[in-house]
Amino acid sequence: MNEATLEISLTVNGEQITKTVPVRQHLVDFLRNELGFTGSHLGCEHGVCGACSVRVDDAVVRGCLMLAVQADGANVVTVEGLTETGEIADLQKNFVERNAMQCGYCTPGMLITAAELLHDPKPVSREEIRGHLSGNFCRCTGYHAIVDAVETTINKRLEEG
Amino acid sequence: MKAPKFNYIKAETRQQALELLDQLGEEGRILAGGQSLMPTLNMRLSQPGTLIDINKVSGLGGITLEGNVVRIGAMTRHVEVANSPIIAEHLPLIAEAMQHVAHHAVRNRGTIGGSIALADPAAEMPACVLALGATLVVESVKGRREIAAEDYFKGLYETAREANELLVEILIPVEKLGDVSVFLELAQRHGDFAMAGLACVARVSNKTFEDLRLVYFGSEDKPTLGTGAIAAVVGRTWSADCKEAAANALANDLDPMTNLQGSAAMKLHLQKVLTGRALDAAIERAGAA
Repeated sequence: MNEATLEISLTVNGEQITKTVPVRQHLVDFLRNELGFTGSHLGCEHGVCGACSVRVDDAVVRGCLMLAVQADGANVVTVEGLTETGEIADLQKNFVERNAMQCGYCTPGMLITAAELLHDPKPVSREEIRGHLSGNFCRCTGYHAIVDAVETTINKRLEEG
Repeated sequence: MKAPKFNYIKAETRQQALELLDQLGEEGRILAGGQSLMPTLNMRLSQPGTLIDINKVSGLGGITLEGNVVRIGAMTRHVEVANSPIIAEHLPLIAEAMQHVAHHAVRNRGTIGGSIALADPAAEMPACVLALGATLVVESVKGRREIAAEDYFKGLYETAREANELLVEILIPVEKLGDVSVFLELAQRHGDFAMAGLACVARVSNKTFEDLRLVYFGSEDKPTLGTGAIAAVVGRTWSADCKEAAANALANDLDPMTNLQGSAAMKLHLQKVLTGRALDAAIERAGAA
């Protein structure tokens, strides 16, 4: 069978992009290999680890479980885009201060998943933060520092209104 | 691990999707949320000739209350079911089960219809629709067909849906006033595949189960009604003896599979423990109501 391809147009980190892609290419391979947004990582490539999390039309999804062709017409944001807009600058600062990463492989996925809790911040328990991040593996930190960083960021945002 | 080569067609309309399914037969696979299909593609466990993407087909989603029935479109994503006030009010079993359905990012994309069409033995929604006596609506170019949940789940990933049929709707009768429901699941990590779990719907009066449905998942090849356990409990005042009788009867209802989530013996043990917990919770919830 020949490699089937399709042309797609989408917005990635605010930029309009049109490209022809193999239909079997998943979204993160497209973002990394075709566009150079290497912030989205590939861990397990079957939806278990969460390292590939990206935002598609305002919802966090597994980038390895969505085909690039399915993002036709979508608004895709990666950790690079989130960094550029400053949307999670406080969360990133708290990750550094609390040492919430060691090797850093899971960090983009953690940040982009945690960002959903910060959109419209509500008081949440540590258990709820853990529940929200339960789909993202970290093999270094033991999660405690990550939960600390997310909790601190939410509380600060709630304080500042 | 990359997906094998396949053809991809984005269906624009329901009719087009049905025609493609009819023409392609076993070579065609519906791509709904993709949260189970994509992993099998990436691991090359499945090799469909053509993926028929129904994500852009209109009219396949949404949750509505029509009289005593909740109608859920097959493409309704888990996150919508989890956040639906209709589900929270009329189908609390499903609302409770949703807390166990995969992880946040997967719920944003996965669909209720996809879960029921695939019939993964560890999935929550098949057990819920069987416990609630739902009707599954499938459609082909030849027309529409309604299948009772009892007749739908046939075995491991095997259902009464034909290769040319698309699951389009799930019709679930609302939980009756005075009924209570309990959903319990054990997984190694919250949101992962179930080691054991059950969906329980009960009518309780004076600490006695008048009516009861216990549907087990995660341990069997398909969602399974615990008929012996139910018979051991209904009509008797709930007690420690009664709990033990239910657990003993369950050994004849279930024939657990050993898999990565646990051995057959451990799964049977866990299902017995969950049965006691679920029935305790049902008594408590009935008392509190």
